[in-house]
Amino acid sequence: MVIGLESYLTIGAVLFALGLYTVLTRRNAISVLMGVELILNSANLNYVAFSHYTSANADGQIYAIFVIMLAAAEAAVGLAIVLAIFRIFHTIDVEAAETLKE
Amino acid sequence: MELSTIIFFVVAAVTILSAAMVAFSSNIIYSAFSLLGTFAGVAGLYVFLGADFVAGVQVLIYVGGILIIILFAVMLTHRITDVEITNRTVGRIPGFALIAVLIFLLVQTLRETAWLRAKEVSFAPTTATIGDLLLESYLLPFELASVVLLVALIGAATISRKETKD
Repeated sequence: MVIGLESYLTIGAVLFALGLYTVLTRRNAISVLMGVELILNSANLNYVAFSHYTSANADGQIYAIFVIMLAAAEAAVGLAIVLAIFRIFHTIDVEAAETLKE
Repeated sequence: MELSTIIFFVVAAVTILSAAMVAFSSNIIYSAFSLLGTFAGVAGLYVFLGADFVAGVQVLIYVGGILIIILFAVMLTHRITDVEITNRTVGRIPGFALIAVLIFLLVQTLRETAWLRAKEVSFAPTTATIGDLLLESYLLPFELASVVLLVALIGAATISRKETKD
Protein backbone atom coordinates (compact mmCIF):
# COMPACT_ATOMS: atom_id res chain seq x y z
CA MET A 1 0.00 0.00 0.00
CA VAL A 2 1.35 3.41 -0.99
CA ILE A 3 1.06 6.25 1.48
CA GLY A 4 -0.50 9.14 -0.40
CA LEU A 5 -2.70 12.15 0.05
CA GLU A 6 -5.73 9.94 0.74
CA SER A 7 -4.06 8.35 3.79
CA TYR A 8 -3.63 11.71 5.49
CA LEU A 9 -7.10 12.89 4.48
CA THR A 10 -8.56 9.70 5.97
CA ILE A 11 -6.74 10.29 9.26
CA GLY A 12 -8.00 13.88 9.18
CA ALA A 13 -11.59 12.72 8.57
CA VAL A 14 -11.43 10.26 11.48
CA LEU A 15 -9.94 12.90 13.80
CA PHE A 16 -12.67 15.35 12.76
CA ALA A 17 -15.43 12.81 13.41
CA LEU A 18 -14.00 11.92 16.84
CA GLY A 19 -13.76 15.62 17.71
CA LEU A 20 -17.35 16.20 16.60
CA TYR A 21 -18.47 13.23 18.71
CA THR A 22 -16.65 14.69 21.72
CA VAL A 23 -18.26 18.10 21.23
CA LEU A 24 -21.74 16.62 20.77
CA THR A 25 -21.85 14.07 23.58
CA ARG A 26 -19.97 15.79 26.42
CA ARG A 27 -21.61 18.11 28.89
CA ASN A 28 -18.31 18.94 30.55
CA ALA A 29 -17.09 22.27 29.15
CA ILE A 30 -13.39 21.26 29.23
CA SER A 31 -14.17 18.08 27.26
CA VAL A 32 -16.00 20.18 24.67
CA LEU A 33 -12.86 22.32 24.30
CA MET A 34 -10.79 19.15 23.86
CA GLY A 35 -13.12 18.14 21.01
CA VAL A 36 -12.60 21.54 19.41
CA GLU A 37 -8.83 21.01 19.60
CA LEU A 38 -9.21 17.65 17.85
CA ILE A 39 -11.22 19.30 15.05
CA LEU A 40 -8.61 22.05 14.64
CA ASN A 41 -5.84 19.43 14.49
CA SER A 42 -7.67 17.56 11.72
CA ALA A 43 -8.05 20.79 9.75
CA ASN A 44 -4.33 21.53 10.17
CA LEU A 45 -3.42 18.03 9.04
CA ASN A 46 -5.47 18.54 5.86
CA TYR A 47 -3.82 21.92 5.21
CA VAL A 48 -0.32 20.49 5.51
CA ALA A 49 -1.17 17.36 3.50
CA PHE A 50 -2.59 19.41 0.62
CA SER A 51 0.39 21.77 0.82
CA HIS A 52 2.75 18.81 0.54
CA TYR A 53 1.01 16.87 -2.22
CA THR A 54 -0.75 19.39 -4.45
CA SER A 55 1.46 22.48 -4.54
CA ALA A 56 5.13 23.35 -4.55
CA ASN A 57 4.88 26.27 -2.10
CA ALA A 58 4.41 26.39 1.66
CA ASP A 59 1.15 28.37 1.80
CA GLY A 60 -0.74 25.52 3.47
CA GLN A 61 1.85 25.37 6.24
CA ILE A 62 1.41 29.12 6.83
CA TYR A 63 -2.34 28.57 7.25
CA ALA A 64 -1.64 25.72 9.67
CA ILE A 65 0.60 28.02 11.73
CA PHE A 66 -2.11 30.70 11.87
CA VAL A 67 -4.69 28.09 12.90
CA ILE A 68 -2.35 26.86 15.67
CA MET A 69 -1.94 30.47 16.84
CA LEU A 70 -5.71 31.01 16.91
CA ALA A 71 -6.17 27.66 18.70
CA ALA A 72 -3.82 28.85 21.44
CA ALA A 73 -5.80 32.09 21.83
CA GLU A 74 -9.09 30.15 21.78
CA ALA A 75 -7.90 27.68 24.41
CA ALA A 76 -6.70 30.47 26.72
CA VAL A 77 -9.93 32.48 26.50
CA GLY A 78 -12.15 29.37 26.52
CA LEU A 79 -10.54 27.92 29.63
CA ALA A 80 -10.69 31.33 31.35
CA ILE A 81 -14.45 31.35 30.66
CA VAL A 82 -14.68 27.78 32.02
CA LEU A 83 -12.95 28.88 35.24
CA ALA A 84 -15.31 31.88 35.53
CA ILE A 85 -18.31 29.57 35.02
CA PHE A 86 -16.95 27.22 37.70
CA ARG A 87 -16.53 30.11 40.14
CA ILE A 88 -20.12 31.32 39.63
CA PHE A 89 -22.04 28.04 39.20
CA HIS A 90 -19.68 25.63 41.08
CA THR A 91 -19.94 23.20 38.14
CA ILE A 92 -18.77 23.22 34.55
CA ASP A 93 -21.73 21.34 33.15
CA VAL A 94 -22.59 23.34 30.04
CA GLU A 95 -26.31 23.03 30.79
CA ALA A 96 -25.87 24.84 34.10
CA ALA A 97 -24.46 27.85 32.26
CA GLU A 98 -27.29 28.23 29.77
CA THR A 99 -28.88 31.01 31.80
CA LEU A 100 -25.59 32.99 31.65
CA LYS A 101 -26.18 34.26 35.22
CA GLU A 102 -26.83 32.87 38.66
CA MET B 1 6.84 -3.38 3.57
CA GLU B 2 9.36 -0.59 4.06
CA LEU B 3 10.38 0.57 7.52
CA SER B 4 9.02 4.09 6.93
CA THR B 5 5.60 2.66 6.01
CA ILE B 6 5.52 0.67 9.24
CA ILE B 7 6.47 3.77 11.25
CA PHE B 8 3.74 5.75 9.45
CA PHE B 9 1.11 3.19 10.40
CA VAL B 10 2.32 3.13 14.03
CA VAL B 11 2.14 6.94 14.23
CA ALA B 12 -1.31 6.98 12.58
CA ALA B 13 -2.55 4.28 14.97
CA VAL B 14 -1.27 6.21 18.01
CA THR B 15 -2.98 9.37 16.74
CA ILE B 16 -6.35 7.77 16.07
CA LEU B 17 -6.41 5.49 19.12
CA SER B 18 -5.60 8.31 21.52
CA ALA B 19 -8.17 10.54 19.79
CA ALA B 20 -10.70 7.74 20.31
CA MET B 21 -9.63 7.62 23.97
CA VAL B 22 -10.32 11.37 24.21
CA ALA B 23 -13.76 10.85 22.72
CA PHE B 24 -14.84 7.70 24.56
CA SER B 25 -13.07 7.74 27.95
CA SER B 26 -15.37 8.37 30.89
CA ASN B 27 -12.63 9.93 33.02
CA ILE B 28 -11.62 13.45 32.05
CA ILE B 29 -8.05 12.99 33.35
CA TYR B 30 -7.56 10.09 30.92
CA SER B 31 -9.08 12.20 28.14
CA ALA B 32 -6.72 15.08 28.88
CA PHE B 33 -3.63 12.86 28.92
CA SER B 34 -4.74 11.07 25.74
CA LEU B 35 -4.65 14.43 23.98
CA LEU B 36 -0.86 14.19 24.42
CA GLY B 37 -0.78 11.13 22.13
CA THR B 38 -2.99 12.82 19.54
CA PHE B 39 -0.95 16.02 19.44
CA ALA B 40 2.37 14.16 19.33
CA GLY B 41 1.02 11.80 16.65
CA VAL B 42 -0.11 14.71 14.48
CA ALA B 43 3.37 16.23 14.92
CA GLY B 44 4.81 12.94 13.66
CA LEU B 45 2.50 13.05 10.64
CA TYR B 46 3.75 16.58 9.91
CA VAL B 47 7.29 15.18 9.85
CA PHE B 48 6.14 12.57 7.32
CA LEU B 49 4.69 15.42 5.23
CA GLY B 50 8.03 17.25 5.17
CA ALA B 51 6.71 20.11 7.32
CA ASP B 52 9.54 20.30 9.85
CA PHE B 53 8.76 23.80 11.15
CA VAL B 54 5.05 23.10 11.63
CA ALA B 55 5.93 19.88 13.50
CA GLY B 56 8.12 21.89 15.88
CA VAL B 57 5.40 24.51 16.35
CA GLN B 58 2.90 21.72 17.01
CA VAL B 59 5.06 20.25 19.78
CA LEU B 60 5.84 23.66 21.30
CA ILE B 61 2.34 25.15 21.27
CA TYR B 62 0.01 22.15 21.50
CA VAL B 63 1.97 19.75 23.70
CA GLY B 64 3.83 22.44 25.64
CA GLY B 65 1.10 25.07 25.86
CA ILE B 66 -2.49 24.10 25.16
CA LEU B 67 -2.24 20.66 26.81
CA ILE B 68 -0.76 22.22 29.94
CA ILE B 69 -3.52 24.82 30.31
CA ILE B 70 -6.15 22.13 29.69
CA LEU B 71 -4.58 20.04 32.47
CA PHE B 72 -4.46 23.12 34.73
CA ALA B 73 -8.15 23.78 34.06
CA VAL B 74 -8.94 20.14 34.88
CA MET B 75 -7.04 20.37 38.15
CA LEU B 76 -8.54 23.77 39.10
CA THR B 77 -12.14 22.62 38.60
CA HIS B 78 -11.76 19.65 40.90
CA ARG B 79 -15.36 18.50 41.11
CA ILE B 80 -15.62 17.75 37.42
CA THR B 81 -15.38 14.00 37.94
CA ASP B 82 -18.94 14.18 39.29
CA VAL B 83 -20.30 15.55 36.01
CA GLU B 84 -22.26 13.09 33.92
CA ILE B 85 -20.73 12.35 30.55
CA THR B 86 -23.90 11.72 28.59
CA ASN B 87 -25.92 14.46 26.99
CA ARG B 88 -29.69 14.58 26.96
CA THR B 89 -30.05 16.07 23.49
CA VAL B 90 -27.58 13.84 21.64
CA GLY B 91 -26.84 10.53 23.35
CA ARG B 92 -23.99 8.14 22.76
CA ILE B 93 -25.74 5.88 20.25
CA PRO B 94 -27.03 8.67 17.93
CA GLY B 95 -23.64 10.34 18.20
CA PHE B 96 -21.89 7.12 17.28
CA ALA B 97 -24.23 6.58 14.31
CA LEU B 98 -23.61 10.16 13.22
CA ILE B 99 -19.83 9.85 13.21
CA ALA B 100 -19.99 6.44 11.48
CA VAL B 101 -22.05 7.96 8.65
CA LEU B 102 -19.78 11.02 8.60
CA ILE B 103 -16.56 8.99 8.37
CA PHE B 104 -18.08 6.80 5.64
CA LEU B 105 -19.19 9.82 3.57
CA LEU B 106 -15.90 11.71 4.01
CA VAL B 107 -13.69 8.73 3.17
CA GLN B 108 -15.88 7.81 0.20
CA THR B 109 -15.73 11.38 -1.11
CA LEU B 110 -12.01 11.80 -0.71
CA ARG B 111 -11.30 8.47 -2.37
CA GLU B 112 -13.40 9.28 -5.42
CA THR B 113 -12.24 12.85 -5.91
CA ALA B 114 -9.47 13.41 -8.45
CA TRP B 115 -7.22 15.72 -6.43
CA LEU B 116 -4.88 18.11 -8.14
CA ARG B 117 -1.35 16.67 -7.93
CA ALA B 118 1.99 18.40 -7.91
CA LYS B 119 4.61 17.21 -10.35
CA GLU B 120 6.95 16.08 -7.63
CA VAL B 121 6.91 15.89 -3.87
CA SER B 122 9.78 17.65 -2.14
CA PHE B 123 11.25 17.13 1.31
CA ALA B 124 13.34 20.32 1.48
CA PRO B 125 13.63 22.28 4.77
CA THR B 126 10.74 24.75 4.97
CA THR B 127 11.75 27.13 7.76
CA ALA B 128 13.42 29.72 5.51
CA THR B 129 10.51 29.63 3.04
CA ILE B 130 7.99 30.13 5.85
CA GLY B 131 10.00 33.02 7.27
CA ASP B 132 10.10 34.74 3.88
CA LEU B 133 6.37 34.20 3.34
CA LEU B 134 5.48 35.52 6.81
CA LEU B 135 7.38 38.75 6.22
CA GLU B 136 6.30 39.24 2.60
CA SER B 137 2.93 37.88 1.43
CA TYR B 138 1.50 37.29 4.91
CA LEU B 139 2.86 40.35 6.71
CA LEU B 140 -0.56 41.82 7.59
CA PRO B 141 -2.02 38.59 9.06
CA PHE B 142 1.28 38.08 10.88
CA GLU B 143 1.04 41.50 12.53
CA LEU B 144 -2.67 41.03 13.24
CA ALA B 145 -1.82 37.72 14.93
CA SER B 146 0.28 39.55 17.51
CA VAL B 147 -2.65 41.89 18.28
CA VAL B 148 -5.02 38.88 18.55
CA LEU B 149 -2.64 37.16 20.97
CA LEU B 150 -2.32 40.31 23.09
CA VAL B 151 -6.12 40.72 23.21
CA ALA B 152 -6.55 37.04 24.11
CA LEU B 153 -3.95 37.36 26.88
CA ILE B 154 -5.62 40.41 28.42
CA GLY B 155 -9.09 38.93 27.93
CA ALA B 156 -8.19 35.63 29.58
CA ALA B 157 -6.61 37.41 32.54
CA THR B 158 -9.62 39.71 32.90
CA ILE B 159 -12.22 36.95 32.67
CA SER B 160 -10.53 34.54 35.06
CA ARG B 161 -9.61 36.98 37.84
CA LYS B 162 -11.77 37.33 40.93
CA GLU B 163 -14.38 40.07 41.06
CA THR B 164 -13.06 42.76 43.40
CA LYS B 165 -15.94 45.26 43.48
CA ASP B 166 -18.65 45.18 46.18
